[in-house]
Amino acid sequence: MTPSPVREHTLEKTMIEVHDLSKSYHGKLVVDRLSFTVQPGRVTGFLGPNGAGKSTTMRLIVGLDHPASGSATIGGRRYDQLSRPLRVVGALLDAESVHPGRSAHNHLLFLAQSQGLPRTRVSEVLDLVGLHDVATDRAGTFSLGMRQRLGIAVALLGDPEVLILDEPINGLDPDGIFWIRNLLKDLASQGRTVFVSSHLMGEMAVTADNLIVIGRGQLIADCSTEKFIQHSSHKSVLVKSSDPDRLRAVLVDAGGQISGEISGQISGQGDEGVVVRSLDARHIGELAAHAGIVLWELSPQLASLEEAFRELTHDNRDFSAPTAAQPGADRVPVPAISEPAGSTR
Amino acid sequence: MTTTLAPIRTPVSTVASRGETTVDLLRSEWTKIRSLRSTLWSLLVLVLATLGFTALFTALTVAQWATTAPATKAQILADPGRMALGAGFQLGQLAVCVLGVLVVTGEYSSGTIRASLLAVPTRTTMLAAKAAVFAILIFIVGELTAIPTFFLGAAILHSHAPVSITDPGVLRAVIGAGLYLAVLAVFAVAIGALIRHTAGAITGIIGFVLVLSPLTQLLPGSIGKHIHGYLPSEAGSLVASPHQGVNDVLTPWQGFGVFCLETVVLIGAAAYLLRSRDA
Repeated sequence: MTPSPVREHTLEKTMIEVHDLSKSYHGKLVVDRLSFTVQPGRVTGFLGPNGAGKSTTMRLIVGLDHPASGSATIGGRRYDQLSRPLRVVGALLDAESVHPGRSAHNHLLFLAQSQGLPRTRVSEVLDLVGLHDVATDRAGTFSLGMRQRLGIAVALLGDPEVLILDEPINGLDPDGIFWIRNLLKDLASQGRTVFVSSHLMGEMAVTADNLIVIGRGQLIADCSTEKFIQHSSHKSVLVKSSDPDRLRAVLVDAGGQISGEISGQISGQGDEGVVVRSLDARHIGELAAHAGIVLWELSPQLASLEEAFRELTHDNRDFSAPTAAQPGADRVPVPAISEPAGSTR
Repeated sequence: MTTTLAPIRTPVSTVASRGETTVDLLRSEWTKIRSLRSTLWSLLVLVLATLGFTALFTALTVAQWATTAPATKAQILADPGRMALGAGFQLGQLAVCVLGVLVVTGEYSSGTIRASLLAVPTRTTMLAAKAAVFAILIFIVGELTAIPTFFLGAAILHSHAPVSITDPGVLRAVIGAGLYLAVLAVFAVAIGALIRHTAGAITGIIGFVLVLSPLTQLLPGSIGKHIHGYLPSEAGSLVASPHQGVNDVLTPWQGFGVFCLETVVLIGAAAYLLRSRDA
């Protein structure tokens, strides 16, 4: 899926390029020779389990931490080589970066002044994130969601070509999540480079066009969201029938693996379903017909992003494979209910 | 709430001249300082403590004059201007120390430092702008404190130890009080940037200014006298005294110079660590 970016004439195509980046804290390698490129005009999701090195990578890109080796550039330049960086890169790294005694307005004002931005810009971004009414309140009185909105206002302050957002939906209510989802897509469609980390796979499945997945500081996958789900998941088939016990026996005899069951209560129809692997839908249909079993449902399933992710990052002590494409021998058991990929779209 | 990001109406160049960015930075740091309540409170403490303690000490001196030892009397009479200014600033300067530390450690404890460094990735420039803005503010408030403090102290001492602003060295001392506080402001910013934690940094600077001085006085002989004389607060505050006292190893300007050098070394170390450490 390649969205055709609608570029504003003022925006330049600015890529984030990470090359062979490493960082260790107290002798422990947190980012391990990481290389990837984040393209403009689309939302790139940055996934990984807790402690995978996502936040550290983002901090290295914007120069808050110094890499042990390798480089990270934005539009070909290191962050500290940008003379008015907030005009190029907007970052939300941590909602806890506002002095509790300072108002949202003054926080944005000092940042705007440091970039030579007009004062009116502060009101604009406060309006944009819906904090206008509390602009002069001390930030210490803000809820997590409000601080998160303020962080997003900071990121958008300089009308930047590149956005780097670490867990932006943390603390937001459903309305806020919906809003930011649209905002990110909108920003990407304007031709901006949008790089968003999240531990919520479902969220990334809806928002991100591309995914960069890391585990233990190493790159696991770098591809489109669709491709990620397809390649990293084995396909399975959901089958419902009048005689699930007999069907199960028939399928197992034919070499199928029953990887999950759906009870009548969950499906809400008083029937039972099984999730079958190693057999495709056509084969299952033929087997059932041959055995005289009535099928009520026969639907191929795509693993959800969450499953694919869990599979990839499961037991990441053993991670050494640079790509997601090779299915391992040991699979994580598929959860009882596998959500069709289409339903999250 | 909308999802459209309006472009900035006035086009702002992403490439700015050095002069432009310097002015932008100073304005930005000024906004940071003035937008916190602790600034106002600390400055009020500076003004009120200095005036109050000068009034208290000079009034007590006058009240006890009859029973004061002749040696002490001679010391006061030799330089009444030092008494008028010095009494209050001994305590008032602590407000500058605390505020100077908070200006930096407050950024670390709240996480604002990350926002600041994202905006100004050339870290030493940010530290320089912060120190400059704070020093100018403290110089102005310091003078606004020193002038009334001198006249208040002089008025109270007048009957026993008269001193006038036109006496030799007195005007220089009144201006010197502001200069000393301004450099002390930079010293405090440097300590804050080195230690990064509020409690530790405040302890550190109070130790330098209040504790070290009486301790070194206990050192025997000429070495002790010199170590004491070269301590930052001892050397620096000489510029706020009209005359070089018998126990002062440095002249007022020498002392101020020593203090400036010490401050440059400290802020240099702070800048070096700010650059090399992860934020």
